[in-house]
Amino acid sequence: MNAVLLGLGLFLLACAATALALRNLIRSILLLVGIWFGIAAFYLWAGAEFAAFAQALVYGGAVSMVVLFAVLLTRRSHAETEAPPAPAARVASALLAGGAVAGVLVAAVLRTPLPAAGGPPPFVPVRALGALLLGPHAAALLIVGAVLTIALLGGVVLAAGGRAGAGKENSP
Amino acid sequence: MSLGAPPTERWLERAPLLGRDLVNGFLPAPLRWWVDSLVDAALVLALFGLLFAFLTLAERKVLGRIQNRPGPNRAGWAGVLQPFADGIKMLTKEDIVPRAADPVLHFLAPVALVAFSLLTLAVIPYGRHLVALDLDAGVLYFFAAGASSELAVFMAGWAGRNKYALLSAMRALAQLISYELPLLLSFVPVVMLAGTLRATAIVAAQGGWRLGLVPHWNVLTPWGFVGFVLFMVASLAESNRSPFDLPEAESELIAGHLTEYSGFKYALFFMAEYFGMCALSGMAVTLFLGGWQAPCRFLEFIPSYAWFAVKLLVLLLGFIWIRATLPRLRMDQLTRLAWKFLVPLALINLGTAAFWHLSAGWTGLGQGARWAVALALIVIPFVAMGRRLSAGLGPRTYRYAVP
Repeated sequence: MNAVLLGLGLFLLACAATALALRNLIRSILLLVGIWFGIAAFYLWAGAEFAAFAQALVYGGAVSMVVLFAVLLTRRSHAETEAPPAPAARVASALLAGGAVAGVLVAAVLRTPLPAAGGPPPFVPVRALGALLLGPHAAALLIVGAVLTIALLGGVVLAAGGRAGAGKENSP
Repeated sequence: MSLGAPPTERWLERAPLLGRDLVNGFLPAPLRWWVDSLVDAALVLALFGLLFAFLTLAERKVLGRIQNRPGPNRAGWAGVLQPFADGIKMLTKEDIVPRAADPVLHFLAPVALVAFSLLTLAVIPYGRHLVALDLDAGVLYFFAAGASSELAVFMAGWAGRNKYALLSAMRALAQLISYELPLLLSFVPVVMLAGTLRATAIVAAQGGWRLGLVPHWNVLTPWGFVGFVLFMVASLAESNRSPFDLPEAESELIAGHLTEYSGFKYALFFMAEYFGMCALSGMAVTLFLGGWQAPCRFLEFIPSYAWFAVKLLVLLLGFIWIRATLPRLRMDQLTRLAWKFLVPLALINLGTAAFWHLSAGWTGLGQGARWAVALALIVIPFVAMGRRLSAGLGPRTYRYAVP
């Protein structure tokens, strides 16, 4: 069981490191999608079937497309998807910031008393999950939905405003 | 495969279980699960591989008959060996990879597409005791695996370093994303009324007959009929079938995102398309047409998997028939149909299903009122939106040709 978790963790880390090291944006994005699928596999390992499939559907199917569309629509040619190498100062500051975050996370994990794992993971049927989400957690679900809708509307307004402005610039 | 079977069932119905026991009955318990899973996977691969081969032949034959020509009739008796001839041709053709292409992604795209479409076949209940993977969130798994195929289409378009392939891939993605929404919304009423995401439980909920003749299939309710039609239209678009075959549009677009593919990789794309079509048809049978249930009580002596196969083949024949009958849509017509017609209709259908659920206790005249209200909830928006969508498109006038 732990060998699976270890393998999964190594796969995720390897994907993340390669995605950061690659110069080609599209390949980095595809590796990022690989990470999302890896997280779905982790949920599956942890017994959260519903969360795993929702993760694959939403991130693998939808968010990945949004990211790919954003990159391809903002770059003019194939050559522009290749990012130039970063200057040494930027690499150093990135390593410093990343190391600090990693240090805080590792310290937090090590200091948290975790209950000893025993037996198989608990099985929560989808029906019980639905009752929980629409019962005690309904308010949280509604707030998340409202925030996402507002973000979507904001995105539409920004895009429409940009287009109207561009139209005026081009008109004689 | 599911475990227990009542001893009163007919021999043919229990045949899959007997076969499984014959294969792994003598193995120790820890090995059984592995052997069971491997046999299931091999069976799905073999059956759907053969179905794919003969479906291509059936398609060419049926298209031929509809266009008043014989279709392939040279390889073997009446052309039955044609799929194998095609297979050998595709295997021996040169696999051309453009010099500027991304070789890894160029190779991965068809493999990923076939893998994702095969994954979807695992959760469909093919018979009373025939389901490879009975997951609690089975329907969600099906659509999660199906949605991932968009990624493979993008990889195919991008990897070839061909701007036409990339543009076509973007068009294909626009189409797939547009029709993903009505596809997902059309099955939500089924899940709402069955109260489960487990495919086998959805089939079980459609069991039984009124007066021993009329089955309790979802398609025979107002919301179910609309859901089924929406699901099939969205399935046509999701599997790139005519009249939504714009992504490849072989007569106009040099095969779209497949431009830089040849040989067996090209064949893999077609294989994935047919697997996807079979999977979506199988899910339509499961969600709306009662799965493996017999249409009448007195026909129950025929094994459940035979009923599933009949329903699946009828839907696949429908796909072929539609391809022969309807002309291809234009890109703007395609997206307009999805966003201005199918999505609103699917959302209204959710309300209809909710009404149907809440009025389940109505009896006598109430039943008539229930049907009338549910039908009105569907027909009025359908007519209103249909008129708005086709406004200004009036009857075509032929100025230069004699009609």
